[in-house]
Parts: sequence; C-alpha cells; structure tokens
Amino acid sequence: MSNPFAYIGHLERELMAAYGRFWIFAGRTWSWLWIGFSNRRNWRLLTPQMYEVGNRSVFVIMVTGLFVGLVLAVQSYGQLEAMGLAERLGVLVNLSVVKELGPVLAGVMLAGRVGGALVAELGTMNVTEQLDALRSMGTDPIRYLVVPRVLACMILTPILTIYADAMGALGGWLISVVMYGVASEPYWYFTKEAVVSWDIMTGFIKSVSFGTILALIACYKGFHCRSGAEGVGRACTEAFVATFIAILVSDFFINVMLESIYKALWGFTPLVGG
Amino acid sequence: MARVPIIEFQKVSKRFGTLQVLDQVDLRIYPGETTVIIGESGCGKSVTLKHTVVLLRPDHGEIFFEGQRIDHLSEKNLATVRVNFGFLFQMGALFDSMTAGQNIAFPLLENSDLPNDEITNIVNEKLRMVGLDGVQEKRPAQLSGGQRKRVALARAIALNPKVILYDEPTTGLDPVRSDVINELINKLKRELGVTSLVVTHDMASVNRIADRVVMLHEGQFRFDGPLAELRACNDPLVKRFIEGRASEQELASLGGGVAR
Ligand SMILES: Nc1ncnc2c1ncn2[C@@H]1O[C@H](COP(=O)(O)OP(=O)(O)OP(=O)(O)O)[C@@H](O)[C@H]1O
Ligand SMILES: [Mg+2]
Repeated sequence: MSNPFAYIGHLERELMAAYGRFWIFAGRTWSWLWIGFSNRRNWRLLTPQMYEVGNRSVFVIMVTGLFVGLVLAVQSYGQLEAMGLAERLGVLVNLSVVKELGPVLAGVMLAGRVGGALVAELGTMNVTEQLDALRSMGTDPIRYLVVPRVLACMILTPILTIYADAMGALGGWLISVVMYGVASEPYWYFTKEAVVSWDIMTGFIKSVSFGTILALIACYKGFHCRSGAEGVGRACTEAFVATFIAILVSDFFINVMLESIYKALWGFTPLVGG
Repeated sequence: MARVPIIEFQKVSKRFGTLQVLDQVDLRIYPGETTVIIGESGCGKSVTLKHTVVLLRPDHGEIFFEGQRIDHLSEKNLATVRVNFGFLFQMGALFDSMTAGQNIAFPLLENSDLPNDEITNIVNEKLRMVGLDGVQEKRPAQLSGGQRKRVALARAIALNPKVILYDEPTTGLDPVRSDVINELINKLKRELGVTSLVVTHDMASVNRIADRVVMLHEGQFRFDGPLAELRACNDPLVKRFIEGRASEQELASLGGGVAR
C-alpha cells in the first residue's frame, strides 16, 4: 500500500462493502422479524432480553433525564427572565426534552449501556464459534439471537425515553418552580399549550428508530468482530461511535421529514406570542 | 464395488487475504467410514471441516452432500442439510448462557417436537455415552476443558446425525478418556453406521479409529489412503509427521532462538 490513493480506494471499497453487509444484515433481521413473530415458540426468547435491557438501564436513563431537565432550566432562566418570559420556561424545557434531548440522550445512553453489552455478548459468541455452532445445528443466529434483541430495544427504548422525559420534566420543574419561584400554574399552563400530541409522537418515532438503530449496529458489530478479546473490545468502541453518529444523522432526517409533514398539515405555528 | 461418496469436494479453493488455505482440493468421504485428517497446526484442517457444512463458503469449487450441491444454498436451505451433521468444534463452542444439559437439549428443542421428558432422557443418555452423567446442571464455565469437550460431543450426537465432524475430539483429555472417545467413535460407526470425519493430532487415536487418512499440507492433500498405506508411506514429510520428528530446518530456527 505505498500509493496513498490506492490505499484510500481500498479503504473506500472496504467501507462500502461493510455498509452493504450491514444492510443485508438489517434486511435479514427484518424478514425474520415477521416470520419469527408468527411462531409462538420464538416469543419466549423475548422476555429475558426485555428484562436485560430494562433492568440494565432504567436507573442511568432516569439520572440522564433528570440532569438534562436541570441544566436546561438553569441555562435558560436568566434569558427568559430578562425578557419577562420566565413563565414560559416549562415550554422550553419540556419541549426540548420531549422532542429532542430525551430521545437522543436516552438513545446514546442505551447505545453505551445496552449496545455495549450486546456487542460484548454476541462478539464473544462469535469468536468462540458459538455462532457457527448455532448454524451447524440448523438454527439461524439472526432469528435466534438478533431478532429478540432488536425487538426488545425497539419496544423498550420508547418506554425508557418516557422515563427520561418524565425525569427531565421533574428537573425543569425543580429549578423553575421550586428554586427560582416561577408560578406553578402558568408554568404548567403554557407547557400544556405548547407540548401537543404531535411533539410526543415525534419523540416516540425517534426513540423507536434509535432503539432499532442501536440494536442493529450492536448486533452487526458483534457478529462481525475480529477474533480474540481485543477484537471484541474494538467492536464495542466502533459500535458506540457508529451508533452515536447514526442517531444524530437519523435525528436530523426525522426532523426534516416530520417538520415538512407538520407544515403540510397545519402550517407554521409560533411557540411564543400566540 | 462402485461406491457413492456421501460428501464430495470438487476443486475447492479458499483463501483468507493472501493466505491460500485450500488450493483446488478434491475429497470424497464414503458412508460408514471414518476418515481422519492430519496435518500441521494452521494448515487448514478446521477450515476443511467447516466447508463440509458450508459454515465457510469456498471461493471456487463445489461441495456435495448425498449428490446434492450445497455450497451455493442459502442459509435457510442449508439448515435442512445441516441437521444431518453433528459438529464437534475445536473449542467445544458450548453456549455459555446455558447449562450443559440445556446445551445438549438445544438441537433437540430446535429440530424436533419431542416431549420434555423424552428430551431429558436423551440428554442423560448422551452424557452417559461420553462418561459425564451428573453434570447436567453445570455451566460450561464450571467445567474443565476436557469435560467441556465431551459435553460438546454429547451435543453433536444428540440428533443421531448421519455424519459426525470431530475437530480434535481427544485434545486435552487424559489417555484413558481419549481411549473412551476413540471407542465411542468406533461404536457409533459399528452400531449406527455413522460416517465420521475426524481432525486430530493424536497418532494413537488415528491408529484406533481411522479407515482412511488424508494429510493436508500447504493447501493440498499430500497423502490420501487407507491406514495401512500411511504406515508404509515413504514420503519423508508424511513419515516425519506420523513419527513426530521435526526437520533439520525446524530445529535450526529453534537453536538460533535458544543461543541468544
Ligand atoms: N475466519 C478466518 N478468517 C481469516 N483467517 C482464517 C479464518 N479461519 C482460519 N483462518 C486461517 O486459516 C488457516 C488455517 O486455519 P485452521 O483453523 O483451519 O487451522 P488448523 O489446521 O485447524 O490448525 P490447528 O491444528 O491449530 O487447529 C490459519 O492460518 C488461520 O489463521
Ligand atoms: Mg483447527
């Protein structure tokens, strides 16, 4: 690889090949998702995964949510107060949490917490030939291992995001109402006016997508890691970075998409001044 | 007598990066026979075994099972082919998250509709065959290397497969246990007509079980013939291998290392 252009070309081909493999992997997971769903025998695989995901992360997710709410309120209070809009603090905090920060930070947190564990588990199974052993017994590892894990993340990420959102709302309320003495009634009144079901749905769509993304990337990385403990460790890091980027990129596109749908349906609605 | 091979490799080639592991290899495995693959460490014996059930796909060439070409089948279609095989992996490849008993029950649960008590009976029976009754509730991490290997063997034979692929079945076992495993391989052949493909470094084991021996060297079969022919073989490389003698060259590199 003396020629740098040849090297870049080689790298690009590798990258494209990996990208292609990922989508094939995702496609196979998708097809097994429906086949697997129709067979009750597969359902019992889901429960332990749900337990793992939920149990592992409920606490950290709540802490994350709480501090996001606290920080947002502390940062915005001064500015809004100066404009005489302190009662709108709830709008800012809760809207940001429900639409944006709750899903994104919960997704990132789960990518570290659950995604990391998935890469380690499946990566170890890969390097100790347990995946080959499954295949040799006629069991597709995607059906048996990947589908229940992806499904568990798909179902639980939105639920955990609700926990994060609730804690974020609590944090915002603590700072605004309890600490800075913003009147409680208008605080919640404006919040209710501003945060509508569309926003909650936005957060829901995002969290389902992020959950799916993080589980798919983690499983893919686990299935394709290099041999040895070092290979598994590297796959963990790579999976986290890839998931983080994928979450931010897809967050952007989901925003663009939902924003245009919203405009087409209801036109533009200003948050302040209405 | 014209014999029909149960497994056939036709000009199978496989490379990893720049390493040509298999180079246009032809191999025929006949039903009811025990074929042993020998060869130095890293020469591609495990890779060959994995090709027979298409866990690895060849770069070139074709693989047949009972006359049907299988190397290009989809994973889904391969599943029905693979249940004819039992595969003992070199490191056992037991599922860490399950007990020994659950490991052995796994292929039965996945591929049959047997009731639970029937499955328990089969698990106990297979464990008895490998001399390990009583470890059903233990996790793989609680077992010794040799015990793990035998649990893995019990799992490989759980479905009473037509063909069993053994990757170093006696490595890590004491001589007496090794002999029990050798006898088990022979017994399965005698009583159930099982076809076996065995990778091993253990020449005592080769002498006990082999009907036919193939020696893999630099991507090709350097030797392929019945056990008696192997003993009479004049190829210096093969001779050195079965007698366990290193070449001058191999010793020379060691000498340099020690002197330093
Ligand atoms: N999945 C893989 N990716 C890259 N290289 C591989 C892979 N599997 C095997 N190899 C390489 O192929 C060669 C043959 O490996 P194989 O495991 O078949 O050796 P072996 O003959 O079974 O050796 P041993 O007796 O030590 O088990 C080795 O050099 C190994 O590094
Ligand atoms: Mg090997």
